[in-house]
Parts: sequence; structure tokens; C-alpha cells
Amino acid sequence: MSITKLIQVENLTKQYENEEVVTKILHGLTFDIEKGEFVSIMGPSGSGKSTLMHILGFLDKLSTGVFSFEGRDVSQLNDDELADMRSKKIGFVFQAFNLLNRASALENVMLPMLYTDATKKERTNRAKELLTQVGLEHRMEHSPSQLSGGEKQRVAIARALVNNPQVIFADEPTGNLDSKSGLQVMKILQDLNEEGNTIILVTHEKYTAEHAKRILKIRDGLIVDDSLVTQRQLAGLNGELTK
Amino acid sequence: MDFLESIHNSWKIINRSKARSFLTMLGITIGVMAVIIVMSVGAGAQSLILNQVKSMGSNLIGVLPGASEDDGPPASALGVVVTTLTYDDGKEILDKGCDCIESLTMYVSGNDSITRDDTSVNTTFTGTTASYIDVEDAAVEFGRFFSEEEEKGVAHVVVLGNEVKESLFGDQNPIGLRLRIKKINFTIIGVMEKRGVSGFQNQDDQVFVPISTAQKLLLGIDYVSLIRAKVDTAEHVEQAMDSVENILRDRHDIATGEADDFSVRSMAQGLEALSMITNALKFFLVAVSSIALVVGGFGIMNIMLATVQERTREIGLRKAVGAKSSHITMQFLIESVVITFLGGGIGILLGIFISIVVAQVAQAMGYEWDLVITISSILLGCGVSIGIGLLFGISPARRASKLNAIEALRYE
Repeated sequence: MSITKLIQVENLTKQYENEEVVTKILHGLTFDIEKGEFVSIMGPSGSGKSTLMHILGFLDKLSTGVFSFEGRDVSQLNDDELADMRSKKIGFVFQAFNLLNRASALENVMLPMLYTDATKKERTNRAKELLTQVGLEHRMEHSPSQLSGGEKQRVAIARALVNNPQVIFADEPTGNLDSKSGLQVMKILQDLNEEGNTIILVTHEKYTAEHAKRILKIRDGLIVDDSLVTQRQLAGLNGELTK
Repeated sequence: MDFLESIHNSWKIINRSKARSFLTMLGITIGVMAVIIVMSVGAGAQSLILNQVKSMGSNLIGVLPGASEDDGPPASALGVVVTTLTYDDGKEILDKGCDCIESLTMYVSGNDSITRDDTSVNTTFTGTTASYIDVEDAAVEFGRFFSEEEEKGVAHVVVLGNEVKESLFGDQNPIGLRLRIKKINFTIIGVMEKRGVSGFQNQDDQVFVPISTAQKLLLGIDYVSLIRAKVDTAEHVEQAMDSVENILRDRHDIATGEADDFSVRSMAQGLEALSMITNALKFFLVAVSSIALVVGGFGIMNIMLATVQERTREIGLRKAVGAKSSHITMQFLIESVVITFLGGGIGILLGIFISIVVAQVAQAMGYEWDLVITISSILLGCGVSIGIGLLFGISPARRASKLNAIEALRYE
């Protein structure tokens, strides 16, 4: 028996029907992602990369084809089971951070644990541990408006990690950041990957995509290239590039 | 996350926008307060009325001219003049009726100005019998009430109610002085003791004349408008009523199967009818004040819908990090219930406070006012405010839970 792949996608399509107008977004994608990979899904806007991420992130449903996660057919899951998968299996990092402005950094990181069985103490300890890991131990009680863009995104990364997910989805995580903070964020993602986390990065920039180990290029709803990165960009601790 | 924690979180969110939360609560607060006040003041007023009627004695029966349904008021009570009852009817009831009837009096009355020299007051004159004092448990302060001879003999004597004496004579002793009713001279023989308001009528603002005098000289009639009898014990009231009915049916030649042309009532029946009326009034008032609660409920719904709209991104995010639809529904439902419960709680406190003030004022004014605040009205207030939170919160909460996570995250 072969080892089960983390994500298996076969001939996946997605179309939206709106008042009898059918818009096809994805035209049949086939690929696998294994545990521990760092994959960029790269394509121009309108290519369908966001739709693909939503499907892989259990936020949207595919139209035809197969998507299995840890060998489990995702199309068979109902809304509550999908919510459960989002809660336990994945973590999201968004371009716009999506932090709760009225809550502290600590509370923001704890948010996903509100929907698990974790006790308040477990939540607090776990969130503190993660904020320390992303270098924000001195910012725990700050609200997002008191944080810089890079710090916000690091809070968001801590939030994505809080439930020990199998995959972290990062949707243009550096899109709203200056290049230095962007590199710091990429450095954290690369370190997380080194520690064994699976990371899927969605971006339209070749440069950002090259921080990953493998790039899936999408155009007009089709995979046009799937190859390993030969000239990988490595982010340094202080935001400098180290080849 | 457990229930208490959800309540705590809702509390934090409500606390964020204090002014808005307060205004939202206000509708429920006013509604609950109105219901509590109406229930308490209504019960207080009801007890006041019933106590006054009870103080007239529970062993009295009244005979009114004209037929009536058992529960409805007799025609004469509605101002229709019925002339079927006479002085001799009354005398015969006393002579031949049940031994349990201790005494009996009769009434006619009219309104006119009463003149002393050049001062005059407009007041009620009551024609009654010598036994009035006994039946009504009244007493004269000085002088005397008229005798049975005067009652029958069309005597020109008058007994003043306390208030009439005050306004015509002040501190002067009026016994032996004269005054005029309808230009007829009367000699004052007594002044009644102060009795206060009883049964909707100010007992002190009237004068008493012998019934024959009132009938013949003042009113020109030969009937009586009310017979009232005093029964020895409350247990004999039924028996006394039966005997009155038999005597009058016989005297009025009413054939078997035909309806009475008079009505016999006991105080117990009157009390029952009165409680029914006051209860109906009370519930009507509660129903009217509940309208405020409904209005408040729609206020909650409006604000919650706006809140859901405002927090669309937050809802999208919560869903993206693993919240189920039920989590979102609960979050918003708890929020609206916390608001309404808080509003209701404040309303209960204010309502109790105002009820106490009303009772204090009424008691200070000398009314026999009971402060009635029942546990059930407080529980009702709590229940209603929670219920309104649930009822009017469910639709905004469901709207929130149905938001599509992807679209919600993109919402600006």
C-alpha cells in the first residue's frame, strides 16, 4: 500500500452558475501535494488560483473531479464537517490580515481555538507560545491598530498555527507589506516548512513564489507548469536575502 | 468555549459601543417597566376599590327595580328609571321575610341646591328611612337621626352630611337652624359623622331627609330606587335573597316562568362582578403596555441586523478558522439576549421603584393602598425580556450564520 498523499486532486473543475450563465473557473486540474512540501500556486489574477485555494481550504466546493485530503473524499463532507476540517486541518494567512481590531494580539491568536474543546488555559498558553515563536512576545496585549503590517501578519501566522494544522494556506501574505517585513514573513514561513509544516502559498509574483520549493503555475483555469524551484529565494532573519 | 464565556464575550462586545447598546436596551427597559408598573399599580388600585366595597359589609343585600341577567348590571344601575319597587314592598320584606333579615332601609335621591340664608351648595339629598343608621353602620356626630314617625309623616327635618355642614355652617352648631331645599323649609336635627369615600360616592357630601318627604315634596314620585337589607350573618345571605324574591314575586303578581321585574344582589356578587371588571381593566392595561415591548423587540432586531452587516468580515473570518453555522447563530443570539435581559433587568428595577413611589404617595394621601409586587410579575418581566431577545434575535443570527465565508471575507 502506498503512503497516502496529503492532498490529491484529480481532474478538478469548478464552475459558477448565475441566472443560467455558467462561468467556468477551473477546467480540470490534477496534482498531488505531499506532507512537508512548500508549494506556490502562482498565476495572474483571474487565473483561478484563489478559487483553487478556497476549494483546497474547505471554504468552497468543487463542481466535478476528486479532491481527497489525507485519503478522505472531501466532496462527501457536509457544512459542519467542512467547518471541522477548517478548524483542525488547516490554517489561513490572508493578504489583508483579517485580524479582529477590537481584540488583542493574544485574543486574535486564540480565536480558532474557541471552536475546539481547548480550555481557556490551554488556549492562552498555546497562543503565548506561538506569539513568542513569531517574535511578538512583547506585543501580546496590543491591539492590531498598534501593530505594524509585518507584526500583524506575524500575529496572523501564529493564529494559523494555533490548532496544529496539517497545511498552512498563505494567500498573498506579503501583498500588503513593505519588502523588508515581507521577507521576514517569508522567513517565518520557510522556517515553519523546515520544521516539517506543509505550506501552500498563493501569489501572482514570481519572486515571492520562488521562496517555495515547488511552483504550480495556473493560467485560465489550467495548470501550465508544475516544477521544482531551482533558484530558490531564501529570506534572512532580518529581511535580507541570503542565497 | 462554554456558555458563560460566550456571555462574557457578548458583554465585552456590548460594552464597546455603550451608547448604542443603551439606546437599544431602552425600548425593552421602558416596555418591561411599563408592564411591571401597570401590574403593580393595577393590583393596588384593584385592592383599593375592593377594600372600599368590602368595608360596606359582606352581609348586605340590595334590591333594585328592573330585571337583570345574573352577571350584568340591572337596568336601574345604568340610569334607566324603573318604578316597580315601592315603600310597601320594603315594609313587607321586613315583616314577612326571613327572620335573618335584621333591618332594612330604602333610598330615593336627587340633586339640588341647598340654601341657608344667601349661601347655597349643590348636593345630593337622600330620602331614606330611620333604619339607615343601623343598616349602613353609620352614626350621627351630634343631634339625632330622624325617627320612624318622621320617616312616615312627611316631616320637614334634615340630617347633614359632615361636608355639607362644614361648607354651610363652618364651626357653628347648626342644630335647630333652618335651610331650604327646593324652596321648602327644613329644620336641621343632626349632623353625620365623617365617613369618607365609600363605594364611589362621597358619603359626607349629601343630606338625609325622611323618605316620604323626599318622595312627595321634593321628587313627586311614589317608588323607591333601592332597598338595602342587613342579614344577621353572611351564611344567611342566600336564604334572605330567596325570601325577598318570593315576597316580591308574590306582591308583583309574577306568574311562574316569567322573569322578575326586580333584581336581588348580594355584596358577594357585587364584589365578584367588580373584580371581574377590574381584572379585565388590568389585563387590558398590561396588553397596551406590552406594545412597548414589541416596539422594543423590533428595535433590537434592527440593531442586530445592522451589527451583522457591520461585522460581515468578522463572521467570514470566524467561519474560515473553523466556526460552524451553529457557533455563529449562538454568538449573535446570546448577544441579543444579553442586551434584552439587561434592558429587562433595569426595567424591572425601575418598575419596582416607581410602584413603591406610587404606593407611598397614595398612602400619604390617605388611601388604603397595598403595594403589590408579585414574584410572578418579576419572573414574567425576566421571561419576556429573554423571550424577546430570542424571538427578535433569531432572524439576524440566522442571517449571520448563513453568510458565505468567502464573500464575507471580501466584504468591504
